[in-house]
Amino acid sequence: MSHKVVIPIGPYHPLQEEPEFFRLYVEGEKVVDIDIVIGYMHRGIEELSEHKHFDQVAFLVERICGICSTSHPFAYVNAMEDLAQIKVPERALYIRTIIAEMERIHSHLLWLGLAGHFIGYNTVWMWAWRYREPVLDCFEIISGNRNHYAMMKVGGVRKDIKDEDIPTLQKALDELTPALDMFKGAVMDDPVIQARLKGVGILTKQQAIDWCVVGPTARASGVNIDVRKDDPYGAYDRVSWNVIIETAGDVFAKTVVRILEMQESVSIIRQCLDKMPKGEIDANIKDIPPGEGIGHVEAPRGECFHYVKSDGTNSPVRHKIRAPSYVNVASNKVAAVGQTISDATITLAAVDPCYCCTERVAVLERDSDRRLMNGWDLIKLSQEKTEKLRLSFRCRT
Amino acid sequence: MNLRFKALTKSIWVFHAACSPCNNCDIEILDLLTPRFDVERLGMILAGSIRHADALLVTGVPNYKTKERLKKLYSQAPKPCVVVAVGSCACGRVMFKDSYNSPCPVDEVVPVDVYIPGCPPKPEAMIAGVAKLIKKLKGK
Amino acid sequence: MENVVEKIEGKFSDKILKSYEKSAVRIYLDFKPEDIPEVAQFVFKDLGCRFIIASGTDTPAGIEILYHFSYDQQGKVISLRTLITDKKNPQMASIAKIIKGAEWIEREIWELLGVNFIGHPDLRHLLLIDDWPAGKYPLRKDQ
Repeated sequence: MSHKVVIPIGPYHPLQEEPEFFRLYVEGEKVVDIDIVIGYMHRGIEELSEHKHFDQVAFLVERICGICSTSHPFAYVNAMEDLAQIKVPERALYIRTIIAEMERIHSHLLWLGLAGHFIGYNTVWMWAWRYREPVLDCFEIISGNRNHYAMMKVGGVRKDIKDEDIPTLQKALDELTPALDMFKGAVMDDPVIQARLKGVGILTKQQAIDWCVVGPTARASGVNIDVRKDDPYGAYDRVSWNVIIETAGDVFAKTVVRILEMQESVSIIRQCLDKMPKGEIDANIKDIPPGEGIGHVEAPRGECFHYVKSDGTNSPVRHKIRAPSYVNVASNKVAAVGQTISDATITLAAVDPCYCCTERVAVLERDSDRRLMNGWDLIKLSQEKTEKLRLSFRCRT
Repeated sequence: MNLRFKALTKSIWVFHAACSPCNNCDIEILDLLTPRFDVERLGMILAGSIRHADALLVTGVPNYKTKERLKKLYSQAPKPCVVVAVGSCACGRVMFKDSYNSPCPVDEVVPVDVYIPGCPPKPEAMIAGVAKLIKKLKGK
Repeated sequence: MENVVEKIEGKFSDKILKSYEKSAVRIYLDFKPEDIPEVAQFVFKDLGCRFIIASGTDTPAGIEILYHFSYDQQGKVISLRTLITDKKNPQMASIAKIIKGAEWIEREIWELLGVNFIGHPDLRHLLLIDDWPAGKYPLRKDQ
């Protein structure tokens, strides 16, 4: 395919004046230090939660992040069920698992598309996002919305999966399976992608442990942690699946982990659709006793942790939320240092942060703080590097 | 209708400014570029710089860090620049209106021409919103 | 299968104030604020638990901080609880030098609850703007 689709600015929306999320200090071509500034997304959700009643909090925390919008409510309802020792009906556990795994597929495909865009494979971007659409359609069939599905409720789920919809879901999975095989082949076999991503942005196993990283970022560095296996919730201990571990710790390893996880997700959903029993989907909880509860789930990006404290009234006294990106993004302090500027965007994106943050990047000269480039320039530089590699491999896209 | 308006209504270049959204509206905006919706066939593309933009798409709730930037962005945009508030948060802050980190809604920072509510608005709703905008501009 | 909770209780039997096992996978251990760094070092470095996050709460008795650790091999979440009774000038020894992953959350608790973490390498605003009014802590109940 000789025609290359070039989108002028990526999925990023740089607020151009003083982009300040990542300040990369450079000497020549190398990144020597990195200052991470966050707070652009801070909306005070933990404080707002104290003024909502427990049922409303599930809607509030859904909007922490739109991409993993079911992971936060899932962790929240797990925390509440831990607090009040609530037994959730079996069918609800299976439905929750199906929704969570579908979210993992759509989130990883989203990331794959963005990563492709950063390194100049815009075709990967378009194809990955095209295959996201049937997954979003499935969400719409089950819950009524493509995003923010509002499925989680303390004690169960809000909506049931109708029997007549199951063939549609299975058909969507059947269409997804060859597509995932295609992506796997495209990534693992492409020499340019391997040259571009192998050895880039390495996070060693010890660094991963020191910085307490989670999710695919940790598993790509050989750290065997996955909340679904370690502290099972939902229906994860009722179906069989594998935790995907790689050891290289570079961006390529993170990519492989995510692709293989999507295939595991398809398998989990199929098993859940087969094994799901008939029955109630809601334990009909009417009040919450005083106490504290902890719930954590394996979101697409890693462990999502919620702590809730109640005093017997309708609202939380304290609701602590920790998204996986909180620890993963901080680890860029070691992963991005030592990289060249052209590898900077893909390294920063490899932890799959809430994307809104990543493009706020500025590259500054070390001793003078003179601004050299912004996020958009870095993406372009990254795409140019791939082009040079492609020419050196004499590949045509 | 003058030439600038004609160019704007024929092919809108949009600049996407996120205040502090949950990213869902942003992802749905990007979805517009992907094969299912493909707004480039309608002449709409994402501009790399605000100085090339005809429309400013705003998502999210302004917080103290992003409010000033939004103001600056709007002042840098060459006029006429229409502002589109995408998503319920940009339209009226909804559940974040009592947040300690949110000083005001979007339309108190920049003048908004089109409100596209939804959480997130479906891509079809966004296209319909832009179509209504073009109709409104052509009526001027 | 080793019992990590027993190991902590054994090593710090003279320091532990209270031990509550809500379930097999949720354990809460209470300590005095000055003992937290030593216990955190043992739990993180010697037992190999992963630091999840710390949560600070404004209570009538003082600022309560919970340090949540995960013993992934057995799926246990072990939370070290401590209470800082001086609400006018709350302070706590930082564990950021022991656990790099704790740097950000101490900055967050400092700016949202007003707890000074002594020994923190870089205590500055994380989420709020740099000129956020001093003394105004959004998560304090009297705000």
